[in-house]
Amino acid sequence: MKKFLTILAMFASLALIAAACGSTLDEAAETATDAAGDAADAVDEAMEDDEAMEDDEAMEDDEAMEDDEAMEDGDAMAEHLGDGSLGTVIVEDGAEVQIRSLNAISGDVAFLGLPNQRGVEQAVVDYGDIKGFSVTSGEGLDDLCSADGGQAAAQQIVADEQIVGIIGTSCSGAATAAAPLISDAGMVMISGSNTSPALTSDQQGNAGPDWRVGYYRTAHNDLFQGAAMAEFVFNELGLTSAAAIHDGDPYTNGLADAFANAFSELGGEVTSVTGVAKEDTDMVPVLTEVAAGSPQALFFPIFQPAGDFVADQAGGVAGLEDTVLLAADGLLNDGFMGLEQSVGIHFSGPDTRFGTNTNQSTGVSAEDFLATYEANNGSAPEAPFWGHSYDATALLLDAIDAASWVDGDGNLNIDRQGVRDHLNSVRGYEGLIGTINCDDFGDCGSQKITIIEHLDAADIPASQANVVFEYAPQ
Amino acid sequence: MSTTTTDNDVFEPSPAESAMAAAPVQSSVDWNKVARFGGILALALVFISLSGMPVGLDKRTILYWINPGVYVNNPDGVGLTLGYLSLLIWPILLGWAVGNEVVLEGMQATKRGFSDLLAGFGVGALGGLGVFALTFLMGLDREMDPDSGALVYGVRDPLVNWNENLYVLLTFNRGWGFALWVWPLLAGVLALIGAGLRLLPDGIRKAVLAAVTAIVSVSIFQFLIDDVIEGVGETINDPGRLSNFFGDPDDGRPRVDSVFDGLIEFVYAQTGGLRLQGMILIGVVAAALSLAGSYVTRGRFKASRKAYFDKPLAQRTMSTSVLMFVTALALIILPFFTGKIANELFANVGIFLLLALGLNIVVGLAGILDLGYVAFFAVGGYTTAVLTSAGRGDEWPSWVPLFVTDDGEAVVGGWLIALVFVVIFAAITGLLIGAPVIRMRGDYLAIVTLGFGEIIRLLFLSDWLSGYFGGAQGITNIESADFGPLGTVSGINPRSVFYLVLFFSAIAIYVSWRLERSRLGRAWMAIREDESVAEAMGINTVNMKLMAFVVGAVLASFSGAIFSAKVGSIFPTSFLILVSIIILVVVIVGGMGNIMGVIVGSLVLIGVLGGPKQPGLLQEFSEYKLLIYGALLIWMMLKRPEGLVPNARRSRELHQDEFLQDAWLKGEVDTGDDGDVAVEVAPA
Amino acid sequence: MTAAVKVKGARRTGVDWFLLFLRVLLIGLIAIGLLAFIAQQIDPNNWFARLTHDGEAASRLSWPQFRGLIVTGLSQGAMYGLIALGYSMVYGVLGFINFAHGEVFMVGAFTGFIMSNKFDEAGWWDGPIFIPVILITILVSTLVATATAVIMERVAYRPLRGSPRLIPLITSIGVSFFIQNAVILLFGPGAKGYPPNPDWLEETIPVVGIEVKKLLVIVVAAISMAGLWYFVERTKTGKAMRAVAEDKEIASLMGIDVNKTIVTTFAVGGAMAGIAGILWGILFKSVIATTGFLPGIKAFTAAVVGGVGNLGGAMAGGVSLGSAEALAPLMLLEPLGVEGPSQLRDAVVFTLLILVLLVKPTGLFGERLSSEDRA
Repeated sequence: MKKFLTILAMFASLALIAAACGSTLDEAAETATDAAGDAADAVDEAMEDDEAMEDDEAMEDDEAMEDDEAMEDGDAMAEHLGDGSLGTVIVEDGAEVQIRSLNAISGDVAFLGLPNQRGVEQAVVDYGDIKGFSVTSGEGLDDLCSADGGQAAAQQIVADEQIVGIIGTSCSGAATAAAPLISDAGMVMISGSNTSPALTSDQQGNAGPDWRVGYYRTAHNDLFQGAAMAEFVFNELGLTSAAAIHDGDPYTNGLADAFANAFSELGGEVTSVTGVAKEDTDMVPVLTEVAAGSPQALFFPIFQPAGDFVADQAGGVAGLEDTVLLAADGLLNDGFMGLEQSVGIHFSGPDTRFGTNTNQSTGVSAEDFLATYEANNGSAPEAPFWGHSYDATALLLDAIDAASWVDGDGNLNIDRQGVRDHLNSVRGYEGLIGTINCDDFGDCGSQKITIIEHLDAADIPASQANVVFEYAPQ
Repeated sequence: MSTTTTDNDVFEPSPAESAMAAAPVQSSVDWNKVARFGGILALALVFISLSGMPVGLDKRTILYWINPGVYVNNPDGVGLTLGYLSLLIWPILLGWAVGNEVVLEGMQATKRGFSDLLAGFGVGALGGLGVFALTFLMGLDREMDPDSGALVYGVRDPLVNWNENLYVLLTFNRGWGFALWVWPLLAGVLALIGAGLRLLPDGIRKAVLAAVTAIVSVSIFQFLIDDVIEGVGETINDPGRLSNFFGDPDDGRPRVDSVFDGLIEFVYAQTGGLRLQGMILIGVVAAALSLAGSYVTRGRFKASRKAYFDKPLAQRTMSTSVLMFVTALALIILPFFTGKIANELFANVGIFLLLALGLNIVVGLAGILDLGYVAFFAVGGYTTAVLTSAGRGDEWPSWVPLFVTDDGEAVVGGWLIALVFVVIFAAITGLLIGAPVIRMRGDYLAIVTLGFGEIIRLLFLSDWLSGYFGGAQGITNIESADFGPLGTVSGINPRSVFYLVLFFSAIAIYVSWRLERSRLGRAWMAIREDESVAEAMGINTVNMKLMAFVVGAVLASFSGAIFSAKVGSIFPTSFLILVSIIILVVVIVGGMGNIMGVIVGSLVLIGVLGGPKQPGLLQEFSEYKLLIYGALLIWMMLKRPEGLVPNARRSRELHQDEFLQDAWLKGEVDTGDDGDVAVEVAPA
Repeated sequence: MTAAVKVKGARRTGVDWFLLFLRVLLIGLIAIGLLAFIAQQIDPNNWFARLTHDGEAASRLSWPQFRGLIVTGLSQGAMYGLIALGYSMVYGVLGFINFAHGEVFMVGAFTGFIMSNKFDEAGWWDGPIFIPVILITILVSTLVATATAVIMERVAYRPLRGSPRLIPLITSIGVSFFIQNAVILLFGPGAKGYPPNPDWLEETIPVVGIEVKKLLVIVVAAISMAGLWYFVERTKTGKAMRAVAEDKEIASLMGIDVNKTIVTTFAVGGAMAGIAGILWGILFKSVIATTGFLPGIKAFTAAVVGGVGNLGGAMAGGVSLGSAEALAPLMLLEPLGVEGPSQLRDAVVFTLLILVLLVKPTGLFGERLSSEDRA
């Protein structure tokens, strides 16, 4: 018992120390910044503090210092965006501007993340230098398609204060955990393939619960894809009842729900929204469950291999013989479309008829991109979000260009707030994916959704070009 | 492959005895054994090559100055990369292992000599031939694609790593003809070195091993060492940083300008890896320290350590408290010197350490193999999430408390109040899961707990309960833990998470430590050794096992609660069976039933290799870590079931037969031909 | 399993009361679910259905739908049964759960994938010589699976003979993990597709309404089972296996080579898993490195449900488990108003396992274990 008390006392004293230090935190920070302010004439030193400062208390001194610099740097300062409220990144003469790619590049989602990462790398090469400074995306980071993975990687990114922004994540789940860190560090993130409405807005002017300042994306919002599919089924095909299946993945779950909501808003009857497990193989029970409601259409926005089994087994379940099968971009790839059972299925997805669309910053067209991609990697990209990542990268580099200036020492100064300001004001930007407009909550995608009908497992490009319905919100 | 101290204590003949066993048998090369080991080596090398490890790890340079010729991923770098190391380490290990022999009591050790070197070289050469065979087949399969002019492979499908990169790497870009002689020679020489280590006197060998280990680890842990050294240098420059206790560790910390900058630049190359001068410096220092350790102190340290452990428990208290105090102080100060990434790493290690400590009570002390341990982690995480997130499901009745203010801020102390509920729910879950399973046979119990783990995850994932737990969308916007004047713990500031985790780990360690020595702990151990006997001795096995479940559950739920506050969002995918298994590996590799072992296990495995979704120090390994976990689990079970840091009682239990049976009978039981697999009595 | 044999008059503890409650609860839920299902088949708009379906009428299953569920349950169960045989035999002989047995099954399915695709490239898979080709594929897959099982025993389990019970179990978890990830690294993490089956396999037999491939699965499983039964009950090796399962020491005194017999046990179990693997491939046309894990655990569940060590029981357990898995979501959960019942399919399997162990710990058809393993 005595020993226990000793230990308890030890912890108590530790806690007290911690408390003491904690309460003096604010004072300490203030004294530190004051000291820095006093030494403002030693500009170099102050600049270094400057980039690190993120505390609100630090902000005032920060701005004051910014003014000092403004006087020194004179007219070079006048041209850049931003008020310096988030600090500046200083790239020394001869160093590189740092951005990062954060995508799911390992495991079973690598098919999604790898093309994204390669899109980033190609865009960096195509874009060239910013004010004479070269850009690097460093080693591609992995978000592991999970919240924990996204957070760990984001931690790594924010630890390096030279990084201006990141392109990613691949998965929405990773973004919910990464965005707070990135946002807090004054950086920006532009995702090429997050689609969850929670990350941006509900399109009615309300921010999503996971939205953070500094978060942008060029991918579409799920709400649009759900609405597109619902409209297609209800108005184009003239079907009045439908069911949806998801596989327990946040993405598929969100899309299935978005579809169901949009469909019932149009006046259709949603017979069931149900789920399978990703590792399920025998889909007869779930299909029977769906069949019990006798829907005219079945939307399964899931991934491989579960999608293969649904497509394969649906025909054999009594009550689903005449049901129209609908899939989404998760299955819009060569692996699935090469299967015979996938013929006749309608796929919704972002408009991938990029064709000769050209990115206005790099002057590279989608065709050029694909040619380079195949030459570098031996095969065409497996998922359609490479273009989104490419445009995202070009946007970020444009923003860096707009928010930066070269100071008297030949160093490149990048204003973090300026980068955000630029991205907020993007309107009518021509990218590979079409025209890009950023709204107040970071949704920058072209939001064009197409629905194709798959005709021939042997000729996938023809099917991909066989657009039967287009959806573009105003 | 080396023997443990415990083994030595028991098996190694005393110096007097070995002196008596004079005139050792002169050995000749056992070609059968060489062929077997060579075959194993060849298979291992081919497997590793085809698993993609050499190419995948080629980006990481270990030694900057050795240039083996070609770098697939790193064309402008020079150096021994981790990729080559993943191949080249095996000839050394197997060359060493082939000289391993079973020396049973009453037998004479063979004299070491030229034959060992020969055997080693033979093993290596055979292994090298295996690599050559692979490159030869790849060379045959390699042809020009008439359309694109690129090199293509016919067998590529289904072997994903059968590709040009591997071919280039294995042949040093000089074609398979080069591989024919270079691999057998290279592997042979390395294996010869491995075998030669046995010829060296003990002290020298230890020094060499120390030097090599130091060089490799200093190179591999470059990031961490760099980070800490820079931090220390910073603090020397500016001691004022230390007052910034809970602040952002990277605040006001310029990246360069450390007093130790020169040292870092001296040791490390710009592109990563050690410079030649750095390698020599580190090697010499490590070897010198090792020599000093063995010659200067002449085992005095070891003796004092032994004396410490031989002391009765009561007399250890003083030194124990001193040790604990020093450790605690070191751990509290450490995060000041490290940056965000290192602190994040520590925080993750801590979260898994907490889990492992809990599982250690269940598996290590009570001997209950719980494969669904992640369920308690999930319950802790979700309970916290439900109580502290405005984003929780909307079907909760209003009387379920929500510790978030109206404008979406965390309530001061809300996390702590939530923790009370977490503990209650975890304990209830522990009882609910425990009650049906405790009377089952050990192995049935394993499967049923695994089932429970899945059931709980599936319930959290299900649409049915998505109004409460968010289903696949999880619960996001979990508030950070606000302790008012003490500060706020959130994922944004990994240092604060580290302190929180440290605090709870300290509690968990203390609880485990006390429990182990309590009546309850002794009852658990009795149950572990023999349940029927324990019952006969009047122990209420049912209640005791339930207690183990509850205590384990509560510790895991702490971890879940911290995890939830740290990540800020929670999804069912964080609670796969995989997590249970990884925690089990941590406990087993570290040493079941031993707190120190569990700590070492989490540091080594989670810290270096990484957790299920958490990167470790060796991020390059993320694709291979699960394979390594599996291999480690098998290897540990076969070679050292008692773990890296064994628990004395447990290891005696595991090696019971070795204590009880005499040498001859034992030889028979082990079916002769693979004595090295079963017995650990090689001369050290 | 002391719970099963409760001495009459012994004092019941809190745990006993809880377990009694749990049994009653589970059985009660099953009964209510079944009754509700029957009720909603008769009248989808009865008061209970409306209560559980938010005031709306429930939907009714048609006979073909119901039949489809039963057929799929049977064919899936037949595969579980084949895998379960391996678990059951190894448990009978060595007394530990070979966790990695599911991976043997996966290796079989993977070999089938490689073979079938190579045959398909040669144009033989879909052609007139499909039957001999598939026989060769089955043979090779079975051999590879057998070899995997035997190597596994030799490398990982034999050195551990005689160590505490949990040690080989933990090792087998490691083996399972290792094989799974080795396959991922060698062949990539994605799903691997089998070539399309010949059309006649995909057709449905009129009147009975069974797809040919599912019938094939059931028939092949039945034949393998019969062969295994003959082997174990009628041959000398089989007799040796039973003897070793009963008592290793006495068996060795009787001149039986225990090591050899154990290897044979692993080999036979591996062969059954290999056959199950290739059947899996034909049925689902896809295999992935994690294919073996869940089916493996479910197969063990099947072995326990049927009674460990009891070969007929393993098969019966597999079939009942497969059927339960297919039927329970719609017959029990859906009538009780559970949304997305198919998501909880695995939960149903594990709950069934718990229920069986609570109510009849020796399995539905009784264990056949030696006294030491029963401890």
